[in-house]
Amino acid sequence: MREQELPSVSTATNPDGDARPLTSAVEASSVLRRAPQYPPDKPEGFSVVGKAGPKLDSFTRVTGQDRFADDIFLPNMLFGKMLRSTQAHARILRIDTSKALALPGVVAIVTGADIPVRYGILPSSPDEMVMALDTVRYVGDPIACVVADDELTAEEALALVQVEYEPLPAVMSIDEALRTDLPQLHPNPRRTNNIHKEVHLEFGDVEAGFASADRIFEDEYFFEGTTHAPIEQHAVMAQYGADQKLTLWAATQTPHYLHRIAAAVLGMPASQIRVIAPPVGGGFGGKTEPFAHELAAAFLARKTGRPVKITLTRQEVFYAHRGRHPVRFKLKTGVKADGTITAIHLQSWLDGGAYGSYGVATTYYTGALTTVTYKVPAYKFDGCRVFTNKPPCGPKRGHGTTQPRFALENQLDKIADALGLDAAEYRKRIAVDPNSTTVNGLRVTSCGLRECIDAATERTRYKEKRGKLARGRGIGLAASSYLCGAGLPIYWNAMPQSGAIVKVDRGGGVTVLSGTSECGQGSTSMLAAIIAETLGVDPSDVSVCYGDTDLTPVDLGSYSSRVTFMAGNAARDAASKARHLIAQSAAERFGVGPDRVGFAGRRVFDLGNRERSMTFIEAAQLAEARWGTIACVGSYTPPKLAAEYKGSGVGPSPAYSYSAAVAEVAVDLETGEITVEKITLAHDVGRCINATNVEGQIEGGVYMGLGEALMEEWPFRAGEHKIPNLLDYKTPTSLDTPPIEAIIVETDDKEGPFGAKEAGQGPLNPVIPAIANAVADAIRARIHSTPITPEKVLKAMDAASGTTLRLKKVTTPSKPSPVPV
Amino acid sequence: MHRLPPFRYEAATSAASAVQLLAAHGPDALVVSGGTDLYANIKQRLFTPKVVVGLRPARDMHYLRFDQSRGLEIGALTTLARLAAEPVVCERYPALAEAAASISTPQLRTMGTIGGNVCLDTRCNYYNQNLDWRQALGYCMKKDGDICRVAPGSPKCVAVNSSDTAPVLQAYGARIRLLGRSGEREIDIADFFMDDGMRAWAKQADEIVTAIHLPVPAPNTVSAYRKLRLRNSFDFPIVGIAAVMQTDGGGRCTGARVVLNAVASKPLESPGAARALVGTKLEPDALDAAADAAYATGKPLDNTSGSIPYRKRMLRVFARRTLEACAAPR
Ligand SMILES: Cc1cc2nc3c(=O)[nH]c(=O)nc-3n(C[C@H](O)[C@H](O)[C@H](O)COP(=O)(O)OP(=O)(O)OC[C@H]3O[C@@H](n4cnc5c(N)ncnc54)[C@H](O)[C@@H]3O)c2cc1C
Ligand code: SF4
Repeated sequence: MREQELPSVSTATNPDGDARPLTSAVEASSVLRRAPQYPPDKPEGFSVVGKAGPKLDSFTRVTGQDRFADDIFLPNMLFGKMLRSTQAHARILRIDTSKALALPGVVAIVTGADIPVRYGILPSSPDEMVMALDTVRYVGDPIACVVADDELTAEEALALVQVEYEPLPAVMSIDEALRTDLPQLHPNPRRTNNIHKEVHLEFGDVEAGFASADRIFEDEYFFEGTTHAPIEQHAVMAQYGADQKLTLWAATQTPHYLHRIAAAVLGMPASQIRVIAPPVGGGFGGKTEPFAHELAAAFLARKTGRPVKITLTRQEVFYAHRGRHPVRFKLKTGVKADGTITAIHLQSWLDGGAYGSYGVATTYYTGALTTVTYKVPAYKFDGCRVFTNKPPCGPKRGHGTTQPRFALENQLDKIADALGLDAAEYRKRIAVDPNSTTVNGLRVTSCGLRECIDAATERTRYKEKRGKLARGRGIGLAASSYLCGAGLPIYWNAMPQSGAIVKVDRGGGVTVLSGTSECGQGSTSMLAAIIAETLGVDPSDVSVCYGDTDLTPVDLGSYSSRVTFMAGNAARDAASKARHLIAQSAAERFGVGPDRVGFAGRRVFDLGNRERSMTFIEAAQLAEARWGTIACVGSYTPPKLAAEYKGSGVGPSPAYSYSAAVAEVAVDLETGEITVEKITLAHDVGRCINATNVEGQIEGGVYMGLGEALMEEWPFRAGEHKIPNLLDYKTPTSLDTPPIEAIIVETDDKEGPFGAKEAGQGPLNPVIPAIANAVADAIRARIHSTPITPEKVLKAMDAASGTTLRLKKVTTPSKPSPVPV
Repeated sequence: MHRLPPFRYEAATSAASAVQLLAAHGPDALVVSGGTDLYANIKQRLFTPKVVVGLRPARDMHYLRFDQSRGLEIGALTTLARLAAEPVVCERYPALAEAAASISTPQLRTMGTIGGNVCLDTRCNYYNQNLDWRQALGYCMKKDGDICRVAPGSPKCVAVNSSDTAPVLQAYGARIRLLGRSGEREIDIADFFMDDGMRAWAKQADEIVTAIHLPVPAPNTVSAYRKLRLRNSFDFPIVGIAAVMQTDGGGRCTGARVVLNAVASKPLESPGAARALVGTKLEPDALDAAADAAYATGKPLDNTSGSIPYRKRMLRVFARRTLEACAAPR
């Protein structure tokens, strides 16, 4: 946006929705606005916040000027390759690297024995090692790392490393993991099976709740595992300088966690390590923890004194995984005759793969947000995560809340139908109220759930269509909510979750230092917009320096939908302090009080008499002359939110976003093929900082949900991932992606920066059940597992009409045995 | 995938020079046209050629011409994109244009050629994998191993023919021209394809495909190609049906060829389907009977995406739809 395009201050109050031209997949966008619940932060109104426009870094991205981790080349560098297990579960008897070391061009080889340090992203499950010490737990588990002068030599050397295995029985399913006659992946004398984590929570009087119900609905569901499939494969460049300092350029969403764990694993002071997160080519949760290749590259750079680069192949990305857990559910809901929920009992079984990752948190998340969408007066949750000999599962967009949302929204439609209720009105009637507290102690503040349901259903004429379309056509609704950052950090500490430094240059430029990582989600533009709004400059005047542990204050990272809320608030805090300094010196010049100083359009002025003004540059220089260098710090620490029970740390968030999606589908009744014709998604983003960006996040969420709803699978055969490539692992192509209409709902959150919440993950959640509900509407039969493949559609129709084969019923294990103490 | 390993690239300036280069380098050499299949396979280490003979510079194989007496002659280096767009193909051989247009993605169709398509390596999801993946599983008969993972009792590999143009060309009664050290020959394309996943073409190592020749369609010829895939782009067929039929002036079917795709190592002709059509007026009953025959012919195995029962069930649906498309008045 150029200067002359900035709106004048008089017209800048709550600028209205955009009028952008239609693009292919996106029909149109509208912004529903509600009167702010409190006076706007800026007496002069917004001049940047709420505008639509391209992300600041989109031009360098699409022209190839951004340098990703794999684009970094250093003089004298080496290339690393990891040898990975060919066994799903085995003891390593012997590793012989001598032949490989003898290969010309090979510089070093390390194995697990060289770095025998256990770590884990969650302090509660430190069960990983950079390379296997004595046991491999999935096909793809790293065993050794070779560095050589070039990649092909490194690869050739891998073939020369000899590994002798003693195979162990592999545990390949949740049922097998619950058995007591199979070996444990991680020895645990307190158990006899492969359960990693059990959670049992009860809130309110569940028994009484079910007793008072008029109807009880019980269903079993299965949500298939999926992977993130970012376009950028993971990569790292490690350099150990003559100054004995280690620098890592890593494709990571969480430079701070890599910094911490690299220090622990390498046994180096954190002060000697610098982690830089270059632009990341998509993360979606798949780059939120330290990976073996990053730590191995760091170790080998130190060992050899030469820079080491490791870039994973696509197959290795499937092995590094940390994708969505496959989860089985048992869902029991008691309702009054009018649909009012009296109690819910949710049981989940998560297939965790071989290591802990974020799995303990995921387990809690499969139960934690059940209560944040609809009123639930009594709630029981039993969660159980198991270890299996598969790549480790972890967080993927919607972390642990996506799977139960599929079950909950599916069953809710069923309840509405059984009770003869309109599925949209029903949802609105039981929706949680703003400024309420859930039975499990979660604080809900702003909540636009009803507005979202209205917006999405009115736009699509849902009520006129549902249940009334010809067979083969269907419409489905689902709603959901998501966190704006976890209220508690993953390692206990009392420090801020986000910090920022804002420096004002005497030339009028503003630099912000933030520890976030830019994965394409738009954090750079968000930070620039918040700072530009605060200081009255243009976003293009703001330079964002991110993800560098030497330069930027700690930010926990780009995950958990926390960046706009937390890093945004920290940046706003810092910018407000700078604004205050500038306002004071300008006020002195104008001869008015500092609260009469306005900032907009690169000018600083007297709000009482706008003729009296100066350029931002003049104001900055005046302030610098008056106060010295203008550089201010800001930080954000969420309020204390956790209730007083074990496990209460997962679920609280300073705010929740809300979404509602309506899917319209056509089903080919002969082939079972599903064509999603349109997705309309209304999202309560709190306040929209940049409409283009929010729409982009909504579209991305819809796209990702579409794949999970219809096609993505995580199959194993003979202990091995069956399809670790992007031809056989199906994600939707542009031809499979329907028109998407994004509707932005604003509720002005009291604690979010300028009222903003999140858009990164929330919009994915309702898409999958909305499609499932639309398919059910089309074929008059329900499918209880993802993905909803053509084959399942045919079987469900066959079963419904009683003709041939029955659809294989989803079953869940009988309740896991209690922990023997 | 792994990186492309080093090999020597030798440009063939003509079909004849390609044959010479192949003969000179023996079994160490492979030919490449568009490279959309070969290079991916090399990256997975399914092939490790020392020499790759590039056919694209051979101008004498880049042509497409139609002649009322000769029919259609397609040089082997004709791209799929051109085939799909060429007016004479769209008008006279619409099923071929449909098949070409349905292959993979626009980018790959711009590079991929008809010669490469008919010589597309047979596919199997135990085989089209990286070296280390195959090693972890213990390999299979088609590459480095000794048993077939799909059909352990089978004496031969059952990897599937996945070329979309192959069944269509066979249904049109195409002939294929080969050039080798011992000269040029032209054979019926049905004899070119063999039902063996490891030896899928009746072609000598030093022979290349130089052209494909389609006869002039008889008056009142109708044709169609339909394929099942899981996504609307990118994906190989997991069931395909090509049909070409002739009718007399009164709408009675006088000849038919129905060829199934992606259910065997070669395009699989269903003579039963043809019998069910010939002599009828292509009434719904006749189409049903032909679809039933096609259904009985195809026996999908577990080596592509999609389950066996689903693909089997889809054979009938797709056969019926292909035949309906042919029978539809135009
Ligand atoms: C993601 C993806 C999706 C695909 N989807 C499809 C699909 O849906 N349907 C489909 O049919 N194909 C598909 N393909 C395969 C491929 O793109 C096409 O088959 C293409 O036509 C191959 O032609 P080419 O010129 O690129 O072959 P190349 O890769 O150059 O060659 C293929 C093989 O044929 C041999 N060869 C090439 N030319 C000759 C010749 N003149 N004489 C003798 N041997 C020769 C080569 O040695 C090689 O073994 C797909 C490929 C990819 C990567
Ligand atoms: S069909 Fe059998 S032999 Fe052929 S590639 Fe597949 S597993 Fe190997």
